Amino acid sequence: MLSKSPKLRAVLFRCAQSIPVVIGVVIISFLLTRALPGDPAVYFAGVAADEASIEQTRIEMGLDKPLVQQFFVYVGDLLRGDLGQSLSSGQAVATDLANRLPASLELTLTALILACAIAIPLGILAATRPGTWVDHLCRVVVTAGVSLPTFFTGILLIYIFYYLLGIAPSPLGRLDFIYLDPDHVTGFYLIDAALMGDWETWRGAAKQLMLPAITLALFTLAPIARMTRASMLTALSSDFIRTARAAGLSSRKVLYGYALRNALLPVVTTLGMVFSFALGANVLVEKVFAWPGIGSYAVEALVVSDYAAVQGFVLAMALLFVALNLVIDLLYAVIDPRIGFTAQ
Amino acid sequence: MLSVKDLAVSFQTRRGAVDAVRGVSFDVAKGEILGVVGESGSGKSVTSYALMRILDAGGTITAGDAVYSGIDLRRASERDMRDVRGREISMIFQNPRAALNPIRKVGQQIEDVLRHHATATRYDARAKAIAALEAVRINDAEARYDAYPFELSGGMCQRIVCAIALACDPRLLIADEPTTGLDITTQKAVMDLVRDLIRERNMSSILITHDLGLAAQYCDRMIVMKDGVIVEQGAPDAIFADPQHPYSRKLVDATPRIGESIRNLLPVEDRTEETQAVVSDEVLVDVRDLKKTYQGKSGLVHALKGVSFKVRKGESVGLVGESGCGKSTTSEILVRLMDATAGEIIFDGTDIAAVPARDFSRDPRRSDIQMVFQDATDSLNPRHTARQTIAEPLRRLGKVSRAKLAARIEELASLVGLPAALLDRFPHQLSGGQKARVGIARAIALEPKFLILDEPTAALDVSIQAVVLNLLVDLRAKLGMTYLFVSHDLYVVRLLCSHVIVMKDGEIVEQGPTEEVMTNPASDYTRNLLAAAPQPPARRLPAA
Amino acid sequence: MSDVSADHVGTGAPRLPTENAPAIALAPVEPIATEGPQQTSGTFDHLIYVLKANPVTLFAFIMFGLLIVSAVFGPSLVPYDPLQTNAANALQPPSWAHWFGTDNVGRDVFSRVIVATRLDLSISVAAVALSFVVGSALGGIAGYWGGWIDSVLNRFLDTIMAFPLFVLAMGIVAALGNTIENIIYATAIINMPFYARLVRAEVNIRRDAGFARAAKLAGNSDLRVLAFHIFPNALPPMMVQVSLNLGWAILNAAGLSFIGLGVRPPTPEWGIMVAEGANFIVSGEWWLAVFPGLWLMIAVFTFNLLGDGLRDIVDPRKRT
Repeated sequence: MLSKSPKLRAVLFRCAQSIPVVIGVVIISFLLTRALPGDPAVYFAGVAADEASIEQTRIEMGLDKPLVQQFFVYVGDLLRGDLGQSLSSGQAVATDLANRLPASLELTLTALILACAIAIPLGILAATRPGTWVDHLCRVVVTAGVSLPTFFTGILLIYIFYYLLGIAPSPLGRLDFIYLDPDHVTGFYLIDAALMGDWETWRGAAKQLMLPAITLALFTLAPIARMTRASMLTALSSDFIRTARAAGLSSRKVLYGYALRNALLPVVTTLGMVFSFALGANVLVEKVFAWPGIGSYAVEALVVSDYAAVQGFVLAMALLFVALNLVIDLLYAVIDPRIGFTAQ
Repeated sequence: MLSVKDLAVSFQTRRGAVDAVRGVSFDVAKGEILGVVGESGSGKSVTSYALMRILDAGGTITAGDAVYSGIDLRRASERDMRDVRGREISMIFQNPRAALNPIRKVGQQIEDVLRHHATATRYDARAKAIAALEAVRINDAEARYDAYPFELSGGMCQRIVCAIALACDPRLLIADEPTTGLDITTQKAVMDLVRDLIRERNMSSILITHDLGLAAQYCDRMIVMKDGVIVEQGAPDAIFADPQHPYSRKLVDATPRIGESIRNLLPVEDRTEETQAVVSDEVLVDVRDLKKTYQGKSGLVHALKGVSFKVRKGESVGLVGESGCGKSTTSEILVRLMDATAGEIIFDGTDIAAVPARDFSRDPRRSDIQMVFQDATDSLNPRHTARQTIAEPLRRLGKVSRAKLAARIEELASLVGLPAALLDRFPHQLSGGQKARVGIARAIALEPKFLILDEPTAALDVSIQAVVLNLLVDLRAKLGMTYLFVSHDLYVVRLLCSHVIVMKDGEIVEQGPTEEVMTNPASDYTRNLLAAAPQPPARRLPAA
Repeated sequence: MSDVSADHVGTGAPRLPTENAPAIALAPVEPIATEGPQQTSGTFDHLIYVLKANPVTLFAFIMFGLLIVSAVFGPSLVPYDPLQTNAANALQPPSWAHWFGTDNVGRDVFSRVIVATRLDLSISVAAVALSFVVGSALGGIAGYWGGWIDSVLNRFLDTIMAFPLFVLAMGIVAALGNTIENIIYATAIINMPFYARLVRAEVNIRRDAGFARAAKLAGNSDLRVLAFHIFPNALPPMMVQVSLNLGWAILNAAGLSFIGLGVRPPTPEWGIMVAEGANFIVSGEWWLAVFPGLWLMIAVFTFNLLGDGLRDIVDPRKRT
């Protein structure tokens, strides 16, 4: 009976749609690791390897076998959660990534929440008052926001708030060394510290988080504000808004009950793209602020040519992003009644 | 009840102020239905938006007064206006599906209005909303309450819009082109419903429409507007019988009516003698058992279920039906833009359906079969001038020498009445009628034997439709072409076609000589179609 | 972009009637020359109008010109050799002799910033050109013919888009090797889906448009219809995308070199210069990082403003 519901069918269809994407992602990562110019064994053994260790790597990774067989070995490894060994840390790449992921997620999510909290009201204000100073401000912020190289904004903020004003802590990691790390529960310092009731540590973590989160938020703010403004303008000029006005509904109801709810649908879709930008920019921000997340891990690995770690990072980011997109689309299906009925 | 005096509305655009309405005065009495008629750009919709004070950004009332039972609509505060809207005066709109919030249940949308005007509380809102749905004769209102607009048909959506508009028992209903875009039978159902509701509740109404016939059938009194001013007002019968103003006379003339010839659509001074086309007994197109099936979202769709008809050389055949009947599919297949699933099209002795649509552009018979498209704007390449557009078929298929090309284009332009000075304009610099002429010139450039006309006047104002239809009749006689005229309007088809085919759900329900089909229809469907079309009242005796 | 003046007609709120319903057409006597909308005086006037009404776009055009000048003539304009070190003159703050100061080995930051323009612009122009061509071809084909080609392309694009794009670029450069060409390929690959999707959508909505069908009736093959009738109409929105993308491509390339991929020191490049200067920011030598960063920002800002301006010119109603 339930499977007859078009909505559920659409949701299942959407979930099924991620399967070929995941397969594609795995194939591309495999190609990035194997179809390299030169000898992948040399590449994976690292810069300091000699003849013997290269040979050892070749056999360990099965690089002497045919490509198709290698692919299945690769997939088999992935299914066991094996992304290879990191040369620099000496640990499994998967373990390293798992250890460092919470730091990245805490930063990205804080930045996104911050960005949404500013961008959506700004977009609404600009759309409801076209041509006024709010509108112009929105336009400037939006264009400047996408033009700012995140690494540059970060450095500028450090210079102003740390060097000149001295109100920000030194840009070195998640927590100043005078504090102890909170007990690991979620890996999010703000949440863990709050769970322990250790508000001193919470404040310390929040202070460290402030600048990198603002840097990232400034970058992600622009697409959200732009989309909110555009879709709000579209919604406000729709026929159904005229109907609502002609029926005498209050401007509040028209604006928030009718226009905004319709306008948020495309904004939710944009969030996928915004995540893509945020996860990419995250790498740069982490490097600038020495944030111990997976982005700076990948950058460190790049410097020492630790390719297993880099490719593991790329694959992990892609899978994370596929999952995030799935969540966004399912969220969309929940709020838009038309999903499952209109043509694909 | 409503008194409008010298109302003027102007819009601020980047080219300066545009006066959309310039001093309009009229009254609406209690219980009266007033029709406001005019062609596009006449200011008829703007007038009604001004009364509701819901003008688009940049629009302001610059002069005049509008008083509704003692309330000064021009000067009332926004708060007071909100109480007037929906409660005293409500509106229904064109394109009902877009007029409803797409992501809110229709029942809730009615509740919003009820709750806002405090005619319902949280506890009885649902019941009252369902009652409002029942009031517009929606069966199974309880279930419809939970429907979203996209789940409902266009006619059903318009009923919901009516339910919203009438939920709080307003005294005046403004209907802005309420049935434009709906099929003719749906139009009749919606209009009958609206009229009955207005009469039952002893309301007043303003019906805004471009269709004189519709206004005449449903209104007590009529206003004719042009360029933001009222040119004439009076009872519909009187206006039709003896229009005073030259413009209303032109509109009245241009409205197709039974028993009148195509030349009578034109103003008296423009009526010339009609040249009769020569129809031979030879069959030019013989369509045999044409079928089209394609994979839809929910299984196979049978768009055509075996359609057969013949068109004789020099004849003009009408293909009539409502949206989704398969008339467009048929014309697409005939003009070889789409492949049929099965069937033959014998054109001049050979089966053209045997050549796939993909390869037909290289077929020697390509230049023999051409088409005039429904929407002239859409059918002209926005980046090509009129000259380039007309030249395209000549260059590709015409074998016209470069030297003679310019002369041939100008000849075609004069044939369709397009001044040569306009040939170097882009489509956006041309008016609707001019674009239609460019489209026709392109279609006849190769002197095709068979021309398919796909609702060529559907997007045009009625007075321009009159001119274009006459042009088409003359061209057929002059160039000896054969027409297949596709339309939803039997009364327009009657003017051009001696033979008519009526389609429904992918099948032909009836075909025969036009007069016979129209005076004595064999099928119930044709009878319904004929009955649904509004019939304008009789007109004065021809002056000439 | 011959039709960019499309907005002259029909954007004013009420459409005034323009057809005087001429007399019988076969007698071409009526004076219709005055009928219809006023003759618009063409693209150029419209451009002037837009620039006048929007000084920001004018500013963007001027900045764009300056960037081109520094890219073309940069090396012969700057006062110092961008690679010349001078240990005695290291870490000098901005002065008349060194407008942007000197770096830790005494090179003139101003000269380096200006000379870097060529490299940064070349990378982004090459990458965007590559993705434009490939994306247009793929998107055009998929949008016009649809069917399985469309499905395959869509799955492929989905897969590319499934990677956070900057991260994919990192992975590609890491895998293919750390060279400037690979930076270009990586940037082209991550930009390609945008073009392919845009062209696909633009072609798809016009595939069944009257003018495309009419072109077929005039004897054009499918390929001709696509290339000469539909695609040119998709160009204006494409130009907007190109402009916005150029900025994004510069950001991307600079970001990659910031984390040590692609361009290597001592080649002057904005991203690297910011990366090198970052080490000195905590000790107060701000000019090392700020000036190249500022220039990078100005370049990207210019392309974004230009994109917005073009959008206004192409279609003022779509301004967002």
